[in-house]
Amino acid sequence: MPVAVILLALAALASLSLFVGAIDMSPADLWRDPEALRLMLVSRLPRTLAAMLAGASLAVTGQIMQVLARNRFVEPMTAGAGQSAALGILAATLFVPGAPVWIKMLIAAGATLIGSVGLLLMIRRLPPTQPLLVPLVALVYGGVIGAAVTFVAYQGDMLQFVQIWLTGELSGVLQGRYELLWIAGGVALGTWFIADRVTVLALGDAAGRALGVNVAAVTAAGLAAISLVTALTVVTLGAISFIGLVVPNLVSRLIGDNLRAGLPLTASLGALLVLGADMLGRVVRMPYEIPASAMTGVIGAALFLALILREPKHG
Amino acid sequence: MISIRNVSHAIHGAPILHDISLDLPRGGVTALIGPNGAGKSTLLSLIARLVKLQSGAISVDELEVGKAADRVLAQHLAIMPQSLTVSARLRVGELVMMGRYPWHQGRPGAEDREIIAAALAKFALEPLRDRFLDALSGGQRQRALVAMAYAQGTDYLLLDEPLNNLDIAASRHLMGLLREMAEREGKSIVIVLHDINYAAAFADRIVVMSGGRVAADGAPGEIVNDGLLRDVFDTNAEVRLIDGKPVVLV
Repeated sequence: MPVAVILLALAALASLSLFVGAIDMSPADLWRDPEALRLMLVSRLPRTLAAMLAGASLAVTGQIMQVLARNRFVEPMTAGAGQSAALGILAATLFVPGAPVWIKMLIAAGATLIGSVGLLLMIRRLPPTQPLLVPLVALVYGGVIGAAVTFVAYQGDMLQFVQIWLTGELSGVLQGRYELLWIAGGVALGTWFIADRVTVLALGDAAGRALGVNVAAVTAAGLAAISLVTALTVVTLGAISFIGLVVPNLVSRLIGDNLRAGLPLTASLGALLVLGADMLGRVVRMPYEIPASAMTGVIGAALFLALILREPKHG
Repeated sequence: MISIRNVSHAIHGAPILHDISLDLPRGGVTALIGPNGAGKSTLLSLIARLVKLQSGAISVDELEVGKAADRVLAQHLAIMPQSLTVSARLRVGELVMMGRYPWHQGRPGAEDREIIAAALAKFALEPLRDRFLDALSGGQRQRALVAMAYAQGTDYLLLDEPLNNLDIAASRHLMGLLREMAEREGKSIVIVLHDINYAAAFADRIVVMSGGRVAADGAPGEIVNDGLLRDVFDTNAEVRLIDGKPVVLV
């Protein structure tokens, strides 16, 4: 059972994560030293949870995106959704600077939704005989929106902030500053209820309608989930790419594309990758840190290359 | 009964169907044949509400296409679209189970599993149940798709060129199964075919379409002749009667 193995590895890594960082700490210190306990509750535990929540929800929504786009090589974070989220939060910061975080978050989610719908409308017009056009167009689309983000930020003298949203990292995660990610986790869990319908849509909109599935409603629900998770991650941690691309491809290879059956594996594998990436980032240059998004970029690219090179003829 | 009344259809301004009225009574195998671009697939897609009706009316028993809920219609009528390519990596058993979706809405019960087992057995797919679709031959994949439509458990079954990519053994096997489903289970099967000989051999009735109109309609022995091939298909092939059934000499 791959899920059991991954969950075991995840539990081991999570326990280890609690004791890895710039400040040395052993399990015994928790009993002796109240300061150690405080560090655990305020920093290490939130950070570990944040990595797992983000990883799980990014992986799950990445898979939904690939079904809706009918293409295995797109992921929300690089295909315009991540950049749209940054654009939304940038606009919110510029125009309603005093608004509470959740309002800014909703604005970011709205911008992400518009960005994702725009992408889908565009790539559905591409010829299905050219599957590699889709990720190319998606990358260009993401790049164009990213350029708009940089331009607006430059004009508004906010380039440093943008860097924070476009580079996902977890060193700033503290108790009280990551809890929005629980909503992302909840949304990912909630996709279990539409997972079977999304799988039917993998056969195409026509086949979905023939089976009595409300195609428009399921597509809308899927896009809403993608937008919420992307926006919540960008707002809380910054953009973390490759998870939504690599994990669904790995899961597809391991157990296939039945979304509901695969959900536990997808979620736990995503959690494992982001947590592992963050921990590696913590230790390779101790006491300095390398952003988790840089680590997922390296790990994800290597995994993806391996997957592509082993791709059978009828992928 | 599938009742088609005054249906016209255009795609991007190009007329595909002209004022078609046709009744397809319950039971039996009806073959839709005709040259390429005659509008067979469009007509089938309109009946199965895969394409929105532009003018005219279609009803399946008491259900009006376009007004009836998708789920209710999906319990009465199943379609296997033309050259459906499944890019998702699904196992044969999972694919066939999807055919039960209109009934179980994502929560398959014991009855669904029984029907799936029966469908897999009927289409000789039991040994392939846990295989991924991308590890099947073209014929096996086609069989799995027909099994999925069959598992939907509907009275009406529409198939758009199911013999594409099938060799002669697989084609005859599939047509035999469809024939048997019509005779033993009382299913009404409408099938788009390219090969007139398969239509003449296995169908009770042939509807010939040409240029978006119904050119001929009747039992194979009544309508398949030299004149039909010359006028509709624009080719001079000879038709002979063998055991009372027309056969086109190609």
